[in-house]
Amino acid sequence: MSARDTILNRLRERADGPLTAPESDFAVVTHRGWNAEERLARFVQLITSVHGEVIHTAPEEWTDALAKVLAEKGVKRLALGREHPVAAEARRALADAEVELVDVDRDIEEWQREQFESVDAGLSSTRGAIAETGSLWLWPTSDEPRLISLVPPIHIAVLDADAIEDTFYDVLECHGWASGMPTNALLISGPSKTADIEQTLAYGVHGPRELVVLVRHDGPEPGDER
Amino acid sequence: MSMQSSAVQSLGVQTYSPREFHRQAHDALGNPQIRANFRKAMDGLMNKRRDVFGDWDLETLRELGANIRLRALAKLPDLLEQLEANCQANGIKVHWAEDGEQACRIIREICESRDATSVVKGKSMVSEEMHLNAYLEEAGIEALESDLGEYLVQLNEQTPSHIIMPAIHLNTDEISEILHEKTGTERTRDVDTMTAAARSQLRERFMAADVGVSGVNFAVAETGTLCLVENEGNGRMSTTVPPVHVAVTGIEKVVEHLRDVPPLYALLSRSATGQHVTTYFNMISSPRKEGEHDGPKEVHLVLVDNGRSNIYQDNELLDTLRCIRCGACMNHCPVYTRVGGHTYGTTYPGPIGSILSPHLMGLEDTKDLPTASSLCGACGEVCPVKIPIPDLLVRLRRESVGEGRGNVPGAGVKRTRKEVAAWKGFQFMATHPWVWRAGTSVAGKLRALTPSRLGAWTDYRIAAKPAGTTLHALVKRHQASKAQEEKR
Repeated sequence: MSARDTILNRLRERADGPLTAPESDFAVVTHRGWNAEERLARFVQLITSVHGEVIHTAPEEWTDALAKVLAEKGVKRLALGREHPVAAEARRALADAEVELVDVDRDIEEWQREQFESVDAGLSSTRGAIAETGSLWLWPTSDEPRLISLVPPIHIAVLDADAIEDTFYDVLECHGWASGMPTNALLISGPSKTADIEQTLAYGVHGPRELVVLVRHDGPEPGDER
Repeated sequence: MSMQSSAVQSLGVQTYSPREFHRQAHDALGNPQIRANFRKAMDGLMNKRRDVFGDWDLETLRELGANIRLRALAKLPDLLEQLEANCQANGIKVHWAEDGEQACRIIREICESRDATSVVKGKSMVSEEMHLNAYLEEAGIEALESDLGEYLVQLNEQTPSHIIMPAIHLNTDEISEILHEKTGTERTRDVDTMTAAARSQLRERFMAADVGVSGVNFAVAETGTLCLVENEGNGRMSTTVPPVHVAVTGIEKVVEHLRDVPPLYALLSRSATGQHVTTYFNMISSPRKEGEHDGPKEVHLVLVDNGRSNIYQDNELLDTLRCIRCGACMNHCPVYTRVGGHTYGTTYPGPIGSILSPHLMGLEDTKDLPTASSLCGACGEVCPVKIPIPDLLVRLRRESVGEGRGNVPGAGVKRTRKEVAAWKGFQFMATHPWVWRAGTSVAGKLRALTPSRLGAWTDYRIAAKPAGTTLHALVKRHQASKAQEEKR
């Protein structure tokens, strides 16, 4: 008999007899009842508490904010997609800038070392965010592959404030994740970090040292009294 | 069931065995460095956990966590089949292993089919349990740990001393020395410098690796999805950069629905390290698809039994399999905090290790572990899925003296004729009032003859003497005088 059948038989012919499965009530992980402002404020508070950097920008001015971030951080080579509006708009806005744009829509085998060693930042869109935990959610695509949010030392993510939802549970349920998962789905909550050396926090151990979130919205910044 | 993981544990300079628990505990207690390292770390973790659950209805959340795990276990065989079918439909190859040895062989064969000579690993406790690194090494395949803590422990030829923070037993100076000696990194006390050194060393290895091996935190039957929880990004590297990804997991890690994941993830990150959320939550459902530009072209899932289906047979022991490996029980254990993780001599230390290891290795080797507890109950109180760890410790103590149901390997190993006879005698006395009275009265009269040394009991205490007058006699006397008073 195969290992599979041996294991399954042993589980099925359980000595103490079959078990009854309890029902689950998920109320504790949903229905936070926050409004848009509260969601944004909470998201910002949590992601900055783990070293994420948040920049608020009006939707029509976001590429200016991007250019400013790139200049401030001295980014010379920026990896980005082509088709997603975020990538397309960034490409147009940066066409004459000094930043070199690096195409990511090619097989990693062709440019692995280049990506690991000579890209300063990766730009990606996000599908949304989670207020409760300060998390971005991404479904990498062939236009924006998995590694651009991981390998370059800086990850710049673009988020629309109205795509922030209350909880992870809400995101799964509202967007029907269970009916079709992508190759890779990701929650990202801050830059890469470790506390493996005597509980001392250090950033950028394997992934990005910095995570910059450009939050696009027209409202006031959280905490702003205007 | 595999017994390959018996007596000797670590590969390198230090060897620890659960058989030597008492000697190792004695040594650890005499090592102020180890005690300070653990005390500091565990205090920090306990405080962080308490703070992060501050605004939560923790009891309701734990109830839900326990409930989800119970439901998964109730449907375990069906869910495993569903997981297999959905993974296969997504293009993930599924393998089954009855024990650690079989699982190691499966992974070696995957490596050999790709002529792989180097494997890079994300953190996986089940791979520690089956001693995968040593096995691959023997087959001429280099297995490199990439989690920073695991990397340091591997450089130091040790095994992890904590399931979440493998290098918690080492302090900054020791780590600086290890990095200097093994990798030529300049000695420094600056954690950022050391981290950066490890980053650049490991990046080369990610690029060069033929195969990436990882564990799994939750395997979702409904969608055929493997979920990995981490902060560093090495898990994402190991599962994205090499051309082949092998995920290895215990069969109990399956959950039924995708919606079961958020509550368990909330409990795991908060219980483990006191974080609201970890940096990365990585959900893998298939190998690289046509047109995608990165990610492994081959993904394998190895489902490992290694004693779990045996635990599954028993209604009480079953609760052991609810565990989501957060480590909160060890962070809160007064014994673990004092003796440290290596003392246990097992892959899983602390309270969860003491209730799990006897099933994996047999009670012959692990008979002291269920006694490595004061039964204070802290582990059960903090467990995010409400495993009644103290009850299970007591159950395993009963098993080890042959008073349980006997369904743990090595049950009865501590049973001695003398002890059995003593309890039989006590039982006879306690159920025959005249023998009891005669016995206790004689003991009281001869109390001056009580020896002043009573074995281990008097190592730290003075010997107890029977009372001159028995409780029975006192009560009788009291009742008699009361009756007299009433008459008057």
